[in-house]
Amino acid sequence: MSDILKSLIEILGERGVSNAPEELWFYSRDPGILAPHLPDYVVAPKTTEQVQKVVQLANREKIPIVPMGNGMALTGLVIPLKGGIVMDMKRMDKILEVNEKARYAVVEGGTSQGVLKAYLQDHYPHLRHSLPDAPPAATIAANVALHGQGRLTQQYGFNSDMVTGLEVVLPTGDICRIGSPSLGPYWFSKGPTLPDLSGLFLGWLGTTGIFTKVGLKLYPNKKIREVELFVTDRVELVPEIIYKLTHLEMLEDLNVWFQPKPLMFKDNYHITIYFTGDTEEEIEFKRKMIWDALQVFIDTKDGGFMGVQVMKEQLLEMPQRSVAEFADVPRGGGFEYSGPITLIEHFPQYAAKVLELAAKHDILYASTARIISGGHAMMFSISFAFNRADPAMMNRVKIALEEATEFALEMGGIPWKPNFMEQKRTLEKMDPNTRKLLRMVKKNLDPQGIMNPGNWEVN
Amino acid sequence: MEYVHSIEHGDVVHRCFRCGYCKFPRDYVDFNCPSYKAFGWDTYSPGGRMWLIRAWLNDEIKTSPHFAEILYSCVACDNCKDQCVFPRFKDFLPDIFQETKAELVTEGKIPPKVRDYFKAITVNGNPYKLPQEERGKWAEGTGLQEFSDQEYLFYVGCVGSYDEVGQKMARTVGTLLSDVGVSVGILGSEETCDGNEVKILGETGLFTKLAEDNIQKFKTKDVQKIITLDPHALNVFKKDYPKLGGNFDVFHYTEILAGLIKEKRIAFSAYKAKVTYHDPCYLGRHNLIYAPPREILKSISGLELVEMRRNSMNAFCCGGGGGNFFTDILGAGENSANRIRVREALETGARIIAVACPNCAKMLTDAVKVEEQEDKLEVLNIAEIVCRARAK
Repeated sequence: MSDILKSLIEILGERGVSNAPEELWFYSRDPGILAPHLPDYVVAPKTTEQVQKVVQLANREKIPIVPMGNGMALTGLVIPLKGGIVMDMKRMDKILEVNEKARYAVVEGGTSQGVLKAYLQDHYPHLRHSLPDAPPAATIAANVALHGQGRLTQQYGFNSDMVTGLEVVLPTGDICRIGSPSLGPYWFSKGPTLPDLSGLFLGWLGTTGIFTKVGLKLYPNKKIREVELFVTDRVELVPEIIYKLTHLEMLEDLNVWFQPKPLMFKDNYHITIYFTGDTEEEIEFKRKMIWDALQVFIDTKDGGFMGVQVMKEQLLEMPQRSVAEFADVPRGGGFEYSGPITLIEHFPQYAAKVLELAAKHDILYASTARIISGGHAMMFSISFAFNRADPAMMNRVKIALEEATEFALEMGGIPWKPNFMEQKRTLEKMDPNTRKLLRMVKKNLDPQGIMNPGNWEVN
Repeated sequence: MEYVHSIEHGDVVHRCFRCGYCKFPRDYVDFNCPSYKAFGWDTYSPGGRMWLIRAWLNDEIKTSPHFAEILYSCVACDNCKDQCVFPRFKDFLPDIFQETKAELVTEGKIPPKVRDYFKAITVNGNPYKLPQEERGKWAEGTGLQEFSDQEYLFYVGCVGSYDEVGQKMARTVGTLLSDVGVSVGILGSEETCDGNEVKILGETGLFTKLAEDNIQKFKTKDVQKIITLDPHALNVFKKDYPKLGGNFDVFHYTEILAGLIKEKRIAFSAYKAKVTYHDPCYLGRHNLIYAPPREILKSISGLELVEMRRNSMNAFCCGGGGGNFFTDILGAGENSANRIRVREALETGARIIAVACPNCAKMLTDAVKVEEQEDKLEVLNIAEIVCRARAK
């Protein structure tokens, strides 16, 4: 047995470490299209102290370390590109605190979205968090580490904007609290009025530290959720429709989607409008406001509201299981998407690009845009499904996604949760001084370059 | 020797997205896969198994004791089948796991505990390695007669025949049925293993032999209707025996008792108790029998039925399915399914866990002891509760 393995077992116990071929094979990949790379060890800590000791060991021995939630980013962010240790965080799954009046929760670094949702439903039914449409095993820490979005992103911004404090194990092994928990027992602010150090970690994809605790804002959970579906076949009108809807300042969530299958959806752009209320009166008032806002498009016969009764249950489901179902459309178990953050006014160009790439590469597409922060930007997903048993199709999807990222960068967009190649392109395009600053931050926080190496690497 | 692996559903294994919905109950309150809870690696989850099976079929990983442990730690609770988001594909999950285990059996690379289980069934006809003539001992003193021309065969299975907890359950149910005038007979020392676990563990040859012998025996004795003590037996009699020509009307004892209560053939005095009910996987998820046990409990005046957080279709397995009752691959650690389930029962404030399966009865009884909760929680089968509450 190697000295490293012995040390890891000493820290985590026999059941907390594996170098068996089965675990190494599984943790060498994610469900996306990037090639796997074997780790040397897989570990699963239960405490912050165990995380700290493993990181100290890795730092001392210069061993790469890759933190992992459920591995559902799909862009290879948990693939150990340079081997080393994959750290599965899911055994750190406790919900440590809910401050009801201050509306925040504090959870351990491996707590899943699904478990927090169920916990709030059971114990604080009038509170909710911004649940993404990722599968429920996706972790809260991983979601904020990559600037994830959720049901409340239209109202309140990226899920990472909703962080109220962090506990991070730095690459040197120091345990650091960020925001109000660095001064006292409360987790109500990740930064303000201090210098906001959370920016050293949020969006860094696990390259600057490992989140062992996350404070997260909670929001009122209204008694009633409702949904309307507005449809148009004129893509150029989508930005104006969104503009009118966001002007209302009363929507929970706003998504625009288009897909070729089933055929009833082909060539139409569907705007799913979610709104909430505590009374039927409030709901009907909001419904009237929504209808009134879009009446102009109905009058010109450019769009109309579609009956949602058949799809209502599916549309209101959280998380939406149908998102994962897309992977089974080509009966192949996979899909991946490029999801740039970009201006809503660019929707028509992005939509055209999706159709162009799908036709060019003979692949199945689906696209959903989620509006961010009341209309300042959108996440535009360019999704392609693939058959995992068809390497040629997977390669076509890979090329199409590369071209999608290229397009997004040309359009002035920002790639979301970019894979290591997309990160390189982004860094190349970045202002040199910004790139230099990124390098300074990374170099200072992670002098040995052990944290998720291959990602956000500035040379 | 190089072994080329192949399973019947090998052409669909790649369709698993490993999204992880299969690990949860419908409302995501906790992970609902006992082997994932016990071991904590993604490889021990249904998606992990699917991906490893694909790697193994593609010869990217080899058969190993660890691979076999991962496969045999599955308790066949069917939660993954119910929660997978892919229509139709989801129905293949249990088949794929079972077919892979069957390949390991053929290859001769199964965990020693599984091998010992098969050997015991082959040599002794039961997993306890006890003589066949002792199989009917549980019925001594009950007055139950050997099956001849009664309306129902009361089939108790290996656990009901040999295990202390199971025997108690068999006696209670058998006596109660007889007492309220149900025409039942037993096979006693002629009864043999039903084969449900043998099939799940992948020994298809041995299973076929057991099933064919049982079917022949039942037909020779002109058995038409069967009441099972054990939901595992109910499952195999209902789903697998017909494929081999064994068509019988099969009921679980709770279905019969619920019917008798409706017909007012069982009357109750007041019985004050706070009870939670644990759904056995082979009664619930596998055969969708959720209501009868609850109807029985609700019909007892004074009895308060409180549900555990995970119940019915979302119930958490006791960890005894898929042969684990005998092979104990999940182990008895803090995160073993039976201990988690006992802690969940305690959260309800109930003083009694009602069970309807001898495997669950044993698993939960053991867990109550390990958790040192014997003064707070009693594990009782539904028939015992009925007997306590019956009007004298």
